[in-house]
Amino acid sequence: MKHDAVEKNVGLMIILIIVALSFGTLVELVPLLFAKETNEPIAGLKPLPALELEGRDIYIREGCNTCHSQMIRPLRAETERYGHYSVAGELVYDHPFLFGSKRTGPDLARVGQRYSDDWHRAHLYNPRDVVPESNMPAFPWLFEATLSGDKTGDKMAALRMVGVPYTDDDIAGAKAAVEGKQEIEALVAYLQQLGTLLQSRR
Amino acid sequence: MASFWSLWVIILTAVTIVGITWILFANRKREQQPEDKTTGHVYDGIEEYDNPLPAWWFYMFLITIVFGVGYLIVYPGMGNFPGILDWTQVDQHEREVARAEEKYRDMRDRYLALPVEEIAADPKVRKMGMRLFGNNCAQCHGADAKGAYGFPNLTDDDWIYGGDPATIKATLVNGRRAAMPAWGDILGDQGVSEATEYLLALNGRDVDDAKASAGEKHFTTYCAACHGADGTGNPALGAPNLTNGVWLYGGTREQIAHTLRAGRNGVMPAFNESLSEDKIHILTAYVYGLSQ
Repeated sequence: MKHDAVEKNVGLMIILIIVALSFGTLVELVPLLFAKETNEPIAGLKPLPALELEGRDIYIREGCNTCHSQMIRPLRAETERYGHYSVAGELVYDHPFLFGSKRTGPDLARVGQRYSDDWHRAHLYNPRDVVPESNMPAFPWLFEATLSGDKTGDKMAALRMVGVPYTDDDIAGAKAAVEGKQEIEALVAYLQQLGTLLQSRR
Repeated sequence: MASFWSLWVIILTAVTIVGITWILFANRKREQQPEDKTTGHVYDGIEEYDNPLPAWWFYMFLITIVFGVGYLIVYPGMGNFPGILDWTQVDQHEREVARAEEKYRDMRDRYLALPVEEIAADPKVRKMGMRLFGNNCAQCHGADAKGAYGFPNLTDDDWIYGGDPATIKATLVNGRRAAMPAWGDILGDQGVSEATEYLLALNGRDVDDAKASAGEKHFTTYCAACHGADGTGNPALGAPNLTNGVWLYGGTREQIAHTLRAGRNGVMPAFNESLSEDKIHILTAYVYGLSQ
């Protein structure tokens, strides 16, 4: 086929571009959708309870993942600082994943139980109160806004459709579990469980 | 990877490599074009030449293909074929960790065998301790270890749970959980205000004497059990000394009253699960040394 023909026929060009680009997806992505490593949860992994789930949505809303990654790479420099490297089985219920790609702040994949709840509250209210050199923004409104829980059950139902094993009881009790709670409570609860299933001494 | 997906990856990768090689060669113009020959296409007076790809460019394409094939032979990539080096990310990480372990083991064993008091002033221990402190402790206690509102200063002589090496180590290993109850409901507003005056009086501050003496009764009834009859605290219970002017949660009238009303439940996380014994030992020596 002469290259001329491709250059002068937009329809053909679009099709050929799609074919060319699809090879990467077919080789690197499609097999992982069916792989055991990426679909089998590690021992003890449970879907996030209602409050933690709302906390995760606040994490996304406030854009925490813009500056904090949740992906510890298997490099000694990282595992010394953060703990065991991240494995796919920890993240099978994560929709969408929050790996992030930029570390303005530290990685948070194993921040759970590393600090006290009080520290998280003080730090989110004004990071400079506890870490004077921090350039993280303050999030004081999290202490005023409360959760209604109106959509919590729907969110769980949606996640169940993509394979997160929420039970009917979880969904039915979702609103009651979060209604009236402060947003800060939800976010701290979410942070405090991050990465706690895999611990290693270093 | 299941063998179906392994084959899938191998076949598609091979097809891609063959395909791009074919495209590269099929579109190659070998014959030298005359200098001024154009494609014949004109738009707004703009024409384009129809010259072959420069040779260095063509060979760069070729080199990337050869490199890619070489990479797939040496490293994992072709489905389940592990590559002739048998390299994996996890193996590399484990080798890195083992190498570091090998390098530092003797030194750590040496320090681990020595008592904390002896190594607390050792410059090497202080340097290692500072790094460990920076990574694990500084977020709460501050890079200078002087603490913050709600997080104790580690450089002074005032210790909530005790400042001898064994106690510091126990604090690091198991963490601490403060249990100051909320007295607001029991004392009421009046009672909280009176107890606050008494606590201020214990610290030699100007107070309303009548309220302070009423507060003393509350103190004896509710506070003395943990903080001692004279208010000097009890490290075994983590009950701080209330007479030395050091206030973890602030020493103004309002702040003290708030602590009384709402209680305090500060938490020090346990490091037993995340730090090895030798690192905890060195960290203990560092923290112990801060207040010496």
